[in-house]
Amino acid sequence: MIALAGNPNTGKSTVFNALTGLNQHTGNWPGKTVLRAAGRFIHHGLTFKLIDLPGTYSLMANSVEEQLARDFLCFERPDATVVVLDATCMERNLNLALQVLETTPRVVLCVNLIDEAERKKIYIDYRALAVKLGVPVVPTSARNGTGLDRLVENISGVATGRIETKPYIIQYKEEIEEAVRRLEPKLKKLVGDAFNTRWLALRLLDKDQAVIAAVEQWLARQDDPAAGMAEVILA
Amino acid sequence: MSRGSLSADLNELMQEVNRLNPGSSLKLNDSIVCTIYSRAEEITGGIVLRRGKPKFDWDKKLDDVITSRVFGFPSMLLLLAVIFWITVAGANIPSEMMATAFFWGQERLTALLHWLHAPAWVNGFFVEGIYRCLAWVVSVMLPPMAIFFPCFTLLEDMGYLPRIAFNLDNLFKKAGTHGKQSLTMSMGFGCNAAGVIACRIIESPRERLIAMLTNNFVPCNGRFPTLIALAGLLVMGMATSLSASFIVVGVVLTGIMTTLVVSWLLSKTLLKGVPSSFTLELPPYRKPQLGRIITRSIFDRTLFVLRRAVLVAAPAGAVIWLLANVHIGGVSILAHGANWLHPFGQLLGMDGYILMAFLLGLPANEIVIPILLMSYMATGTMIELDSLEALRQLFVAEHGWTWLTAVCMMLFSLLHYPCGTTLWTIFKESGSLKWTALAALIPLGIAVIVCFVLAQSARLLGWV
Repeated sequence: MIALAGNPNTGKSTVFNALTGLNQHTGNWPGKTVLRAAGRFIHHGLTFKLIDLPGTYSLMANSVEEQLARDFLCFERPDATVVVLDATCMERNLNLALQVLETTPRVVLCVNLIDEAERKKIYIDYRALAVKLGVPVVPTSARNGTGLDRLVENISGVATGRIETKPYIIQYKEEIEEAVRRLEPKLKKLVGDAFNTRWLALRLLDKDQAVIAAVEQWLARQDDPAAGMAEVILA
Repeated sequence: MSRGSLSADLNELMQEVNRLNPGSSLKLNDSIVCTIYSRAEEITGGIVLRRGKPKFDWDKKLDDVITSRVFGFPSMLLLLAVIFWITVAGANIPSEMMATAFFWGQERLTALLHWLHAPAWVNGFFVEGIYRCLAWVVSVMLPPMAIFFPCFTLLEDMGYLPRIAFNLDNLFKKAGTHGKQSLTMSMGFGCNAAGVIACRIIESPRERLIAMLTNNFVPCNGRFPTLIALAGLLVMGMATSLSASFIVVGVVLTGIMTTLVVSWLLSKTLLKGVPSSFTLELPPYRKPQLGRIITRSIFDRTLFVLRRAVLVAAPAGAVIWLLANVHIGGVSILAHGANWLHPFGQLLGMDGYILMAFLLGLPANEIVIPILLMSYMATGTMIELDSLEALRQLFVAEHGWTWLTAVCMMLFSLLHYPCGTTLWTIFKESGSLKWTALAALIPLGIAVIVCFVLAQSARLLGWV
């Protein structure tokens, strides 16, 4: 399972269509993808399920879209996440990419709209970006089909573990890091490998109610599968 | 809910959190956001190189005009008018050609059946019922759609939709609703059901309901062909296609105005509250993908709408032929129904057949015109219906249409209840029968009132 995330209007749906051969409606305006669209593509005999998430600027869950995208990335745990970035405004797009890297190490950055960036005389050092962030970076122009082969290659590599990533992790100020260091081992004992514990520790420290509720539910299911089911049905 | 041992551990953990971050003194969120932003800036600085500015910022210049206070609305109207004009003017010739071809085919079919000594009802049922109806649906609806939808998709692909939203945002705010409603409304031009689903982007339940209840007031893909065909019919032989396009623009504007007025009324009465704010990013203009636009608009929109119309129209053609040819007490069933509705239709400036077409057209708005054509043809005496002019004759001479009939039908089509699919979507999205019923009754009420007032005052003033 592969998730497709990115800022609004960076061409996620175009990438999605190009990869799956589906015809999700694309349109040049933000907020177009409301429903989660799913499709499939096959690479070297492996079938990948691709999920097109709604466009978001961050994963801080400030809006329904952001919450949807975040819940998916953190609780459904896709095998790889493609972050689609707009080459013409990298700075703003990187904000999201950095937040995604906090939730999962298996990330491929797809720098889209490179044709437009070229027209605006913007040049990007993809190699340096890949080294800095520790994940594959693929420049594409999904509309013209440029770079899509390499994108698929990298998605498949990251999802199967063939390509190892060393994600860039943001270090926060010392007090926060200290608190995370204290909390993380305890979390690890509680949830094991089911969640990214560093991210979870940060969210718990922030007292993010939505995340706490989700973890509570998950734990209840672990405690007693039957009760967990009942809860799901009630919900 | 069972509280197991693991859940207890979580409680313990949260106490630990409270110890580590007492009273949220770490100001975690602010600090994290700050750090992320500064890292993003750092990284960007290291990898992005700007070699001089582009000579001329077309995006900005264009936006200065298109979203300006002075030129915003006029340019929007002009653009709409141009698109409708291209559609109406361009559709006439292929419509005519297709009609001719289809009716040449009908004659051959009749001749064939005659040669086979088929009974008369076979010719009536299959050729005059199903074939003729389909022929009209295709030749009246296909050409305008094949021109209009690519134009519309072109605008969408270039990035014009958010500009419309930007222009209208202020008006929606004044109506006490969310600015994003201008986006969901624009979406409704494509399909009202899609527009209703798009309302999910509005967070506040109050504003979302308003947007859902009023989405129906902009004509969707299914109703545009009806409106364009009626506008064409209205001016045929009297004026140019230019005026037909202005009529359609007028109808669209009426729809937008109704949306605003109804939204305002709702936000003052049933759904009181203050509008919330939001930011709308104007995406850069993009060079549209011409090939994609043409294939997508033909396959996703034109053929989709046509398929729906044909799928429903073919059996409906058969059923209506039967209704028109099964007589009870010397009068056909169809005529019974239409006669029964006729007085009411008259009050609204239309007739019984039109109302019946709207009633039967509830599943899909595309089929209103086909049903009307079929009922008229099934009851009419005109045999040689082989050109657009003859079609106009059918409406005007046989069924006494005036400009008022066409205008009322356009307004009714614009304002009446949403199609079955949209209603179902509203029910699923709102989860409430009450609001779904209101979503049908409010527009219906408005449509009835508007048509009634218009028809009565036009007659009173002796315009007809």
